[in-house]
Amino acid sequence: MRIAIVDESATRATIIEEGLAQVPDCDIFVLTERHGLLSRIEEIAPDIVLIDLGNPSRDVLEEYFAVSRVLARPIAMFVDESDDDAIAASIDAGVSAYVVDGLAAHRIRPLLDLAIKRFHAFARLQSDLAEAKGKLAERETIDKAKRILMQGKGVSEPEAYAELRRKAMSSNRRIAEIAEAVVTAHELMGGGE
Amino acid sequence: MTEQLTIGFLPLVDACLPILAHEHGFAEEEGLALTFQRDVSWATVLDRLLYGHTDAAHLIAPLAIATTLGRGRPAQPLAAPFVLGLNGNAITLTPELAAKVAEPGRLGDPAAIGAALAEEARARKAAGKRLHLGVVHRYSSHNYMLRYWLAASGIRPDDDVEIVTVAPPFVADAMERGEIDGACVGEPWNSAAVARGVGVIVLATAQIWRRGVEKVLAFRAPVLETRRPAAEALIRALRKAGAHFVDPANWETNAAILARPEYVGADPALILSAISDQLVLVQGAEPVPYPDFMFQHREAANFPWVSQAEWLYTQLVRWDRLAYSPEDAAAAARVFRPDVYRSALAGTGDLLPGASSKVEGSLARPTAVTAQQGAITLANNTFFDGRSFDPDDIEGYIDSFG
Repeated sequence: MRIAIVDESATRATIIEEGLAQVPDCDIFVLTERHGLLSRIEEIAPDIVLIDLGNPSRDVLEEYFAVSRVLARPIAMFVDESDDDAIAASIDAGVSAYVVDGLAAHRIRPLLDLAIKRFHAFARLQSDLAEAKGKLAERETIDKAKRILMQGKGVSEPEAYAELRRKAMSSNRRIAEIAEAVVTAHELMGGGE
Repeated sequence: MTEQLTIGFLPLVDACLPILAHEHGFAEEEGLALTFQRDVSWATVLDRLLYGHTDAAHLIAPLAIATTLGRGRPAQPLAAPFVLGLNGNAITLTPELAAKVAEPGRLGDPAAIGAALAEEARARKAAGKRLHLGVVHRYSSHNYMLRYWLAASGIRPDDDVEIVTVAPPFVADAMERGEIDGACVGEPWNSAAVARGVGVIVLATAQIWRRGVEKVLAFRAPVLETRRPAAEALIRALRKAGAHFVDPANWETNAAILARPEYVGADPALILSAISDQLVLVQGAEPVPYPDFMFQHREAANFPWVSQAEWLYTQLVRWDRLAYSPEDAAAAARVFRPDVYRSALAGTGDLLPGASSKVEGSLARPTAVTAQQGAITLANNTFFDGRSFDPDDIEGYIDSFG
């Protein structure tokens, strides 16, 4: 079975490719370039095409499939109506699948399930990354607030931190929010670095 | 109590009304909280609508008909109770081709440009290098307008020229790379090609059909029933947004809002030129005014005339090479829902057409038509070739194209 993965995010494409590599008898082709996409697809002659929902080439690809329907290899969106749940799950995960006509559902389902899992895994990775970045930014803000307090009030670093924490507890907010307020106030008062 | 509605859209200027209804508080006044889902392909806008990620969507009108008839996907009935706008697209050619077939710097006569293009198309075909023209989707008004114009000019689409799908934001790229010789696309993507010097605007689609239906607000038909009060509230908010949108005093503010990255994400100056009907046709030239380039509000522009849906059906039959089917024609007609539009606006003082269908393209001059209270004056709505479409004879109209 020949599978084409169309994804402008090379990282995500790799994650999906790794997932599908477990499936026996599969040739996987990753297409990350928008330019020349249709001629690549034509060369590959895939049985299944997976493309992410955010890909701007989807309409171009669907048009190609609509035209190819009159050619030798009709291909359509994975739309066996009995599999509507599977399509809904794939749309939720952010991937759409196009399948060559006549490919048995029992061969498609495990593949699609794997692809969906991999899409979810990638989304988790991204949100972990965003969270990590957010934490790092918070750390920096807290450090900045500590420096402002240390300079402004002549206190030590542990004292500055203790003050931020006291204020956070008494106002039922997070330390990072208090630090943010301190930094903003300092900037407004003409401070800054 | 506020009700939540999520609306899908593609970054185009004519997604303006829902966006402005939200930004200026018209939706809130109607008890709605709108959220938006921005996507970059119509396939994804449609999938999100069909699988419930969105409640309603900014959609190319022919795609609503095609989806209902099961073209390309299993049939799912859609319902369009509101037309988001008429026209607003243009035909842009590469500077070389424009110089051969048009007078760069002005919007010429569609018949004359069509005749010149026919000659060029035949020459290119004979040379084994057919002209390639881009449209945004197979089931788009762009495709139907372009094909209507080409065919009436003696050019056989799919035979004399090749029509290919190009995503709107990449039209300029495709022209620069020589992948296409021209395109029919919405704003700001014509102007973007002009600004880069890779395209020249030669026609506005309003010159092909003066009042051509463009985008609709689409729901899944069952969703429109279950969310009916919210849908009607949205229609009222969209009418208010339309009044705001067409007021010249608001153009700059609205262009700045629409330009934001979460909406269209394009140069506010280009958006301003589209909404003020001022188009720069050639790189570096002064803007040329073209009244009603976009048509979002006046003359009950948002009223979903059943005859518009039926006209789209005739073009779907024509270009998908289908046989006329009375059942399909009826299903297509049912997509447009003037009953919902009327019920939403009854009692608001808005003018509501008395009829639900009209002969499209029959008005060569401003004409008063009956409204439920008083009259509405409809301006010239002609097709450039002088044909008109009588919805009482859909089959005859299809046959007339041969």
